[in-house]
Amino acid sequence: MNVLTATGETLAVESNPVLNISIFVAFVAVTLFIVIRASRNNKTAADYYAAGRSFTGPQNGFAIAGDYLSAASFLGICGAIAINGYDGFLYSIGFLVAWLVALLLVAELMRNTGKFTMADVLSFRLKQRPVRMAAAITTLAVCFFYLLAQMAGAGGLVSLLLGIDGRVGQSIVIAVVGVLMIVYVLIGGMKGTTWVQIVKAFLLIGGAIAMTVWVLAIHGFNLNTLLEAAVANSDKGDAILAPGLQYGANPWDFLSLGMALVLGTAGLPHVLMRFYTVPTAKEARRSVVWAIWLIGGFYLLTLVLGYGAGALVGADVIAAAPGGPNSAAPLLALYLGGPVLLGFISAVAFATILAVVAGLTITAAASFAHDIYANVIQKGRKDAAGNPVEPDPNGEVRVARRTVIVIGILAIVGGIGAQGQNIAFLVALAFAVAASANLPTILYSLFWRRFTTRGAVWSMYGGLGAAIILIVLSPVFSGSPTSMIPGIDIVLWPMNNPGIVSIPIGFFLGWLGTITSRTKESPTLAAEMEVRSLTGFGAEKAVDH
Amino acid sequence: MTDHSPAESADGIDYIAVEESERFRTLKRTQRSFIFPLAAFFLIWYFVYVLLGAFATDFMAQRVWGDITVGLLLGLGQFVTTFAITMGYVAFANRKLDPIATEIREELEKAQGHA
Repeated sequence: MNVLTATGETLAVESNPVLNISIFVAFVAVTLFIVIRASRNNKTAADYYAAGRSFTGPQNGFAIAGDYLSAASFLGICGAIAINGYDGFLYSIGFLVAWLVALLLVAELMRNTGKFTMADVLSFRLKQRPVRMAAAITTLAVCFFYLLAQMAGAGGLVSLLLGIDGRVGQSIVIAVVGVLMIVYVLIGGMKGTTWVQIVKAFLLIGGAIAMTVWVLAIHGFNLNTLLEAAVANSDKGDAILAPGLQYGANPWDFLSLGMALVLGTAGLPHVLMRFYTVPTAKEARRSVVWAIWLIGGFYLLTLVLGYGAGALVGADVIAAAPGGPNSAAPLLALYLGGPVLLGFISAVAFATILAVVAGLTITAAASFAHDIYANVIQKGRKDAAGNPVEPDPNGEVRVARRTVIVIGILAIVGGIGAQGQNIAFLVALAFAVAASANLPTILYSLFWRRFTTRGAVWSMYGGLGAAIILIVLSPVFSGSPTSMIPGIDIVLWPMNNPGIVSIPIGFFLGWLGTITSRTKESPTLAAEMEVRSLTGFGAEKAVDH
Repeated sequence: MTDHSPAESADGIDYIAVEESERFRTLKRTQRSFIFPLAAFFLIWYFVYVLLGAFATDFMAQRVWGDITVGLLLGLGQFVTTFAITMGYVAFANRKLDPIATEIREELEKAQGHA
């Protein structure tokens, strides 16, 4: 069954870097053209951060899918299924079910009460400064962890797909990705970022459908035949049909991961920000529905692709290839369609990184400029005579653009520095922080009338602190050969994922802070927030051009 | 209170009265009595599935027919319930929530216009 040799060098030999790079350059050219066209109306904050709130539900649904299906979920889940079978599938389900939290509890109410950022909603009826500051810090933390993981992942992807192995070559590619990201976000703002994500989602899902049909056709359109072939070609045999190969060693750790996944998504700031790019709450609802169908459909495809890679390429070949499990989808593309399909899938993988980092960057920039600069630093500033100074609304966008450049440079430097490090845990950490620091405060603000400023601040800082401290004390950070710092051993917490403890801490502190508060929050604002969140009265309207 | 948003009833609408009105309370009750049980259901069902995957691996490995295992069917079941809840919620929101919400919103917008 194996056409490929077991050395795994076939990929580098058969892949054609010139072809891969040309397909990628074509993608960049097309999206750059769209970005420049889309950028003509990018003056106000609503244009820059929220694309004038002019996207439709289906468009935004595609953009959400493009933002959410990162290289980790495309290459990572395919590879996990190809090598460890069922456990990769188990992992993907948390990413999907999480969207029900967003659909039922968060999306529409957030759209109705906020303007640009998560902090808008959280500080609506609480004290502006402390809550905004805390929400901005957790937003920046999540974006930073996620961004670093994506940038460092770009380096690994390069060695896999373009055959560039040297450190210098990989660093150059990371820098190119970073510069492209800065250009997209600087020129295109949210509108440009959204179009990049939409185009990428089309390509990714289109490519995955084509490969899935191909794999199924080889196996007579029978899932059972495919599974039999995968079992026959795996040295683990039947075990790939049941859970346990990847997470069996520490089931509690998997439970912890599952909690962070299902509760983290609805607290990811770059996901929340997407809800402001549509004109109404009803469109926000439609966009989540589209996102659920696209993301769910995509994970069903990865199930076929993963087992297909195991059956047709072979788990041993994949494990031995450069990039390890991440090479499952590209190797399958090579097996099916030769260098052309491989080039296409490689270009899509790059586009994926570009689209995800662009979304993270604009979220972080908006949070810094809108929450910290405009609402904490500038607000209440007085001139020499003691009169309040009105903040300049264009100043905010100017600060956001400068922040984009700073974040872009930080991401390039961080991505180059983190090359070859074990950074897979950073994505898990981002989800854990989102679930522990953001989600409790979001839910309490929307559904618990008594919730107070102290509850919000305790919950956000407490959840953030607990997640980071547990990660630092965990085996992914120190104490084992695969750790980030293998030389020292400060392991006090046995799991790779902090969620099982840090999420309850976030919820508990929000409750504790609230019941110990002596000051009451404004009942008028609470009533206003509730009326607005449910009826959409006073919600930000689309910008007319 | 100076630290609060300046929007506090700046639009001249008595939000507390709106919130206590019969129609708004119906809207809120309808929404919450639908989404809370549903959220509890899908979270419990998800965690039951994760716990089975983590601890009951032998049960999940049982074959139903051919190479199709219990675990695979339960996993696909998660997809089915997710899609079903999505469609159910949308139908419910379109039919039951949107009409009341639109009515209250339009009245508020009219009242604001006259103020």
